[in-house]
Amino acid sequence: MTQQAAAKMQDMSAQVHTARTTKGALSIRNVTKIYDPEGVNILAVDSCSMEVAPGEFCMIVGPSGCGKTTLLNAIAGFHSITSGEIFLDRKLLCGPGKPTAAQGADRIVVFQNGALFPWKTLAQNVAYGPMVQGVLSKRDALDKAHEMLAEAGLGEFGGKYPGEVSSGMARRAEIVRALINNPKVLLLDEPYRAMDGLTKSIMHEALLEVYDRTKVTIFFITHDLEEAIFLGDRVYVLTTRPCRLKKVVNVDIPRPRNYEVLSSEQFRLLVEETNDAVHEEAIKAFRLGERELA
Amino acid sequence: MNNHAIATTAGADSKLAAPTRLSLTWYRLKKKLRTPTPYLMVLGLTLWMVTWWLFSEVWKLPRFEKMPGPVVLLKDWLASEPFYGISFFTEIYYEHIWISTRRILIAFAIATGLGVPLGLFMGWSKKFKDYAFPILETLRPIPILAWVPLAILMFKGFEAPVIFLATLASLYVTTLNTLLGVESIDESYFRAAGCLGSKPRHVFFHIVVPGALPFIFTGLQISVGVAWFSLVAAEMVSGDYGLGYLIMQSYVNSVTVPLVIGMVTLGFVGWFTSALVRRAGNLMMQWRVRALALEGR
Amino acid sequence: MVSVGEISRPIAVARSRRSFLRRVLGRQEFWRGLLAIIVFLVLWEIGSRSKEWFGYTLPYVGLLPPPSDVAVAWSDVLMKWGYWESWYQSFRRVLTGFIAAQIIGIPFGLMLAVNRYFRDIFFPPFEVLRPIPPLAWVPASLIFWPTNEMSIAFVTFLGAFFTIVINVLGGARTIDVRYLRAAQSMGASQWDLFWRIVLPGTLPSIFTGAAVGMGITWEVVVAAEMISGGGTQGGGGLGFFIWNSYIGGSLPQIVVGMISIGIAGYLSSTVIRMIGHRAMPWRHLF
Repeated sequence: MTQQAAAKMQDMSAQVHTARTTKGALSIRNVTKIYDPEGVNILAVDSCSMEVAPGEFCMIVGPSGCGKTTLLNAIAGFHSITSGEIFLDRKLLCGPGKPTAAQGADRIVVFQNGALFPWKTLAQNVAYGPMVQGVLSKRDALDKAHEMLAEAGLGEFGGKYPGEVSSGMARRAEIVRALINNPKVLLLDEPYRAMDGLTKSIMHEALLEVYDRTKVTIFFITHDLEEAIFLGDRVYVLTTRPCRLKKVVNVDIPRPRNYEVLSSEQFRLLVEETNDAVHEEAIKAFRLGERELA
Repeated sequence: MNNHAIATTAGADSKLAAPTRLSLTWYRLKKKLRTPTPYLMVLGLTLWMVTWWLFSEVWKLPRFEKMPGPVVLLKDWLASEPFYGISFFTEIYYEHIWISTRRILIAFAIATGLGVPLGLFMGWSKKFKDYAFPILETLRPIPILAWVPLAILMFKGFEAPVIFLATLASLYVTTLNTLLGVESIDESYFRAAGCLGSKPRHVFFHIVVPGALPFIFTGLQISVGVAWFSLVAAEMVSGDYGLGYLIMQSYVNSVTVPLVIGMVTLGFVGWFTSALVRRAGNLMMQWRVRALALEGR
Repeated sequence: MVSVGEISRPIAVARSRRSFLRRVLGRQEFWRGLLAIIVFLVLWEIGSRSKEWFGYTLPYVGLLPPPSDVAVAWSDVLMKWGYWESWYQSFRRVLTGFIAAQIIGIPFGLMLAVNRYFRDIFFPPFEVLRPIPPLAWVPASLIFWPTNEMSIAFVTFLGAFFTIVINVLGGARTIDVRYLRAAQSMGASQWDLFWRIVLPGTLPSIFTGAAVGMGITWEVVVAAEMISGGGTQGGGGLGFFIWNSYIGGSLPQIVVGMISIGIAGYLSSTVIRMIGHRAMPWRHLF
């Protein structure tokens, strides 16, 4: 790697540490989203508001099909919103006159079923972002990718294709792919949904380690209440479709956290508190027999 | 594949080495030989050959006696001075094969060179697809051979119309499959690329093209088959050289042995070209080959 | 309190009954497609009349009959009995070969899929014969079968047969083994398994194979009609119609024939798709 490139990378890491805590504030104000497939109006999100502080690890929970993914899609710029505004660090992402946010490397999504490009190796996937943005040359991007993959414990798998590694490893690689771009917000859409309990707990620890290191704002959607309380700073409970903010639970458990937290009294109480709120909504959703909005 | 998994997870103490390519092949062969499958295969083929032989040469059944049996066929095919003029030793046999194959290569090259970009572009731009697709779909139901008279009118000589027909047939298949390939790419990949700051040209080269490759290659395999189909028909209708012509001429001259040799050769060459395309596809799509291997395929 | 989400349901039902025609005409794709076809026809017209209008014959296009002539020729020919008889002849051949291929091919394919020994014995000869293009069989078929009609029927049969067997085989093998296990755990016999799981599970592939086979059948019939000179019974069919028009020098009629076959082929495939739609309601109810 050239001197310049090494210096550039040093720069970027430094930026991470200083700028981290002042960036990534999400402000969602009275957002409403109405879908109109084939002339049928579906109200997905109904005047939902929430404020996410910079560097906050925020968890979004709610019953299936309630519209949580719609919110995430709106923030990421995949869908438009019908009314309301979303701000990122006081800059308008989308709102009146600009219904769809521009997609960008400041808000990167980690997808539910994994979206590592199957035709690129893990390292090539990770290197993709800096390379297409022109931030690093191909060579340097690949070097940095290998380095970051090694940091995440995936060093020997850099040259493998996503189809050759386990889903846990693929998901971790996807998170590395996001982080190499120093995003302001990391958007996670039920990333560990399809995993068994053991793999999940490893994923949790890995994610916590990453968060402690980078303090990036995380917007994490999940069904799993224990996951929510274990990982997050604040848990936002949403109602059934159309979703509104029902309750905010503050998780005061100190960091760094480890699996011993799971058996603590405080943890149990928090889970109960959240569960009471979610359970009602879950029953409503079950009665409506909703299919999930993708 | 199990051996490989054990070898990597067993750690430093493992004395199991992952089997190398030759021993792996041998292992697979031995395993296969223990199942009844290969013996049944031989049985099936032998049964077929024997029945054919009995029907046409030994018992001389009413309709079958007109067709050459396998023995007669092989005698001529392998003879250095064949009675009917076509065998592995005659030059003209290879000329026919080469001429047909060359036409296929040209048709395939043109069809792929036009069809893949066309399909990619139709998948990429909805506007373009809205204009181009209806024209394609309106022309496609017209059978290729129905174009023969028009082809003869439009193109001078003999080679051009024949190649035109084969190209047209391939073009439909290639374009459609490429289009399908692009449309089959999961939306998430496009979204991920967008999140990561890609410009449109990045998306095209890094997502669309590789993502569509599996369908493109399936299409290419089919298009080779379709090209042969059309080529043979065209050669039969109006010909001077080539396997289709050979078959037709043998028919006209009532010599059945070269006729059947022609047919069998055609089958083989068709299969071979298809297999070549499939191989090329596997080479270009290493990621798929490796992932499928892990699934035991 | 009733949420807005619940109120929107009855409205939803009423609006989705907007008429089919309005939906088609309202779409951008329809108008763009129409525009494209009109432009195509106009260019064809100009190109083919290049000799008359510009005194210079454009290559390729300039030698084609113009669409306006084709339209005129078509309206002439619609009145003639021979034209409609060609339709009948071609359809007859297509249906004979096609139905024979389905009747023999579907069970054959299912047997191959279900019984491992059957497959090991009969699949190799099948695979060896499959790459030979159906049309290459025409001369052999003409020698073997007593009449022209039977030769054509045989070749038509072959084309569709190979396709349907491959599709059935592929389809049956991709049935999720869990469906079979679920049925077995509920006490299904081999018979039940076949009729209630394997057969419905293979239906989509059967219909795909049928639709593709139909396309191939038309190709083969047209080719066979052109090559064998139309058969000994009555009119020659649409392929012969085209060839005859070519020999007779009536160029616009060639195009009439081509378009007619295109329409016939499209109709046949559509019918198959519609039957498939009916037979497999689970594929489109959501």
